[in-house]
Amino acid sequence: MQRRLTGSADDPRIRSRYRTESRFKAYTITALFVAFAIILAFFADIITQGYSAFWRSEIQVTLDYNERAERVGQFALQEELREVVSRGAVRSIPLEIRNNPELAGSTREVWVPVYSRVDQYLKGNEELDPELAPIVDRLAEEDRIRNVFNWAFFTSGDSKLPEMAGIFSAAVGSILVLFVTLMFAFPIGVMSAIYLEEFAPDNKLTQLIEVNINNLAAVPSIIFGLLGLAVFINTFGVPRSSALVGGLTLGLMTLPIIIISTRAALRSVPDPIRLGAFAMGCSRWQVVRDHVLPLSLPGILTGTIIGLAQAMGETAPLIIVGMIAYIPDAPTSIFDSATVLPAQVFTWASEPRKAFVEKTGAGIMVLLAILLTLNAAAVFLRRRFERRW
Amino acid sequence: METKRENVTAAETQTMAENNDATTPERANAPEVKMRARDLNLWYGETQALHDISLDMYAREVTALIGPSGCGKSTFLRCLNRMNDLIAQVQIRGEVTLDNEDIYDPSVDVVQLRTFVGMVFQKPNPFPKSIYENIAYAPRLHGTGTSRSALDDLVESSLKRAGLWNEVADRLHTPGTELSGGQQQRLCIARAIAVNPEVILMDEPASALDPLATATVEELIHELKDNYTIVIVTHNLQQAARVAGYTAFFHMGQIAEFNDTDTLFTNPREQRTEDYITGRFG
Repeated sequence: MQRRLTGSADDPRIRSRYRTESRFKAYTITALFVAFAIILAFFADIITQGYSAFWRSEIQVTLDYNERAERVGQFALQEELREVVSRGAVRSIPLEIRNNPELAGSTREVWVPVYSRVDQYLKGNEELDPELAPIVDRLAEEDRIRNVFNWAFFTSGDSKLPEMAGIFSAAVGSILVLFVTLMFAFPIGVMSAIYLEEFAPDNKLTQLIEVNINNLAAVPSIIFGLLGLAVFINTFGVPRSSALVGGLTLGLMTLPIIIISTRAALRSVPDPIRLGAFAMGCSRWQVVRDHVLPLSLPGILTGTIIGLAQAMGETAPLIIVGMIAYIPDAPTSIFDSATVLPAQVFTWASEPRKAFVEKTGAGIMVLLAILLTLNAAAVFLRRRFERRW
Repeated sequence: METKRENVTAAETQTMAENNDATTPERANAPEVKMRARDLNLWYGETQALHDISLDMYAREVTALIGPSGCGKSTFLRCLNRMNDLIAQVQIRGEVTLDNEDIYDPSVDVVQLRTFVGMVFQKPNPFPKSIYENIAYAPRLHGTGTSRSALDDLVESSLKRAGLWNEVADRLHTPGTELSGGQQQRLCIARAIAVNPEVILMDEPASALDPLATATVEELIHELKDNYTIVIVTHNLQQAARVAGYTAFFHMGQIAEFNDTDTLFTNPREQRTEDYITGRFG
């Protein structure tokens, strides 16, 4: 019996076809592997550099509220510890004594953060002064040094002392900026998209607007920063470095993203739904309100969140409007000077001190965690509220 | 169907008129013609889709529009409730009247018009809401049924008239999109009825349905005829023969022939009508 289905294995043309196919498949797998490896290396680098910032060394000291400490806090420490303990931990002692005069003359045993270079030495990141190292080693042996979770990293603002620096004020700044961005870009963006998609006639003017919106989404973000500087600060006198000007600037940048994603969401609502509603005697607004918006809301929210996530990671335009400032205290309103997480990371990254390297890594991790959370929220919203028909 | 068709004559017209008197006195003297098109021309941009269409659609009768694809029958149907307004670059010249009122008059409110002239589409398009909400939506919108109990009644009566009540009475609050295709289409008909229109336009209402569901919908059309004027576009000639009292054959944007269905199918005046209904083209 002649077998017609299996005989082709010897056919050179078919063999070469299979070879080409497996070669192509190998290329695609390699590409995926390379991409994955790069991401993995990136994360591994950040995590190894940054994870130690979530821990800090503290030292047990006896604070002596003597007369000299009333003027300079460091005199409350034993002499050999003055170089070991963070200056930030004792600098408020004169103020404490002034506020509570009964403290004067007393002593107190407390755990305080160590000087950043000592901290780095204990973490094994850096060598220490040959005079200081033996003292630290001895203290460690006496169990007077402990390693604790660095809550201060999340609760304090920026500082010139790495051991005191945290991301709190930058995080508050980011929240305020995003709030302003949302309030500015969401209503304008969604309304514009609804007009363009549901109401606008299809003529040259709307086509021109459409092309321009698509182009705006591709404009380098620093240009938006310059626009924000020229319009909001120079023309309207919005306070420089404030969350307001930053939020408005990022709002300009997010606007085209929101418009484009909202239009896509509106367009994905099937026309028969609209026609059905029109045939029931709905006006255009009723069609949009009762049928189109409820169906497209998950898509609109997803687009908005992704736009906000992008705005949150943006640094360049904010540098232009002065949001790269040194902000130790969290802003309390959108008019206060503020900075944002990526700008904080940028500031730390440009610091030469070793202790700021781990801060940079930790800052990036926090930023990434927030962005991942935002994106996960977008995915969740889409899954949860998407309705099929 | 033969028996049914024979006497769309004096006797039946008279009983219809009597029905009129009994149920809706204000319509007692209404003309027999419910909707009328006169010299209707329509252009999509540069292309003329309808040429001098003149057609009378009789009250409480089913008028079928048949013809090959692209002949303009759906376009004409959409002129009757001005759905073509939604398409950019459509130009319409001519006259369409509803009870002698020009529906293209600038003073006409399209929203108002569509409450008188309802529409059912080719593909069932229930709103992605519950069965109840699908029907209650429009009455609530137009303020015809505001109280909860009035709405409940309206939903029930609309579903009953659409022959769907028995199938869905116990699950009114499940999504309308979960029904079968035929049920969805009857839901759409119920939805149209709930607004209490006078004319119902149907654009190939059964073409997306299986034969059984089609039969149900056709039966429904038959029953609805007693209360509504129905204009139906169909590709299915047997369907036209089964449900319609009158049939217009569209060809190349013109009405090639219009007559009562029996005459049109058994004794067409025009050669092209005969060619079409005998399956020589189309």
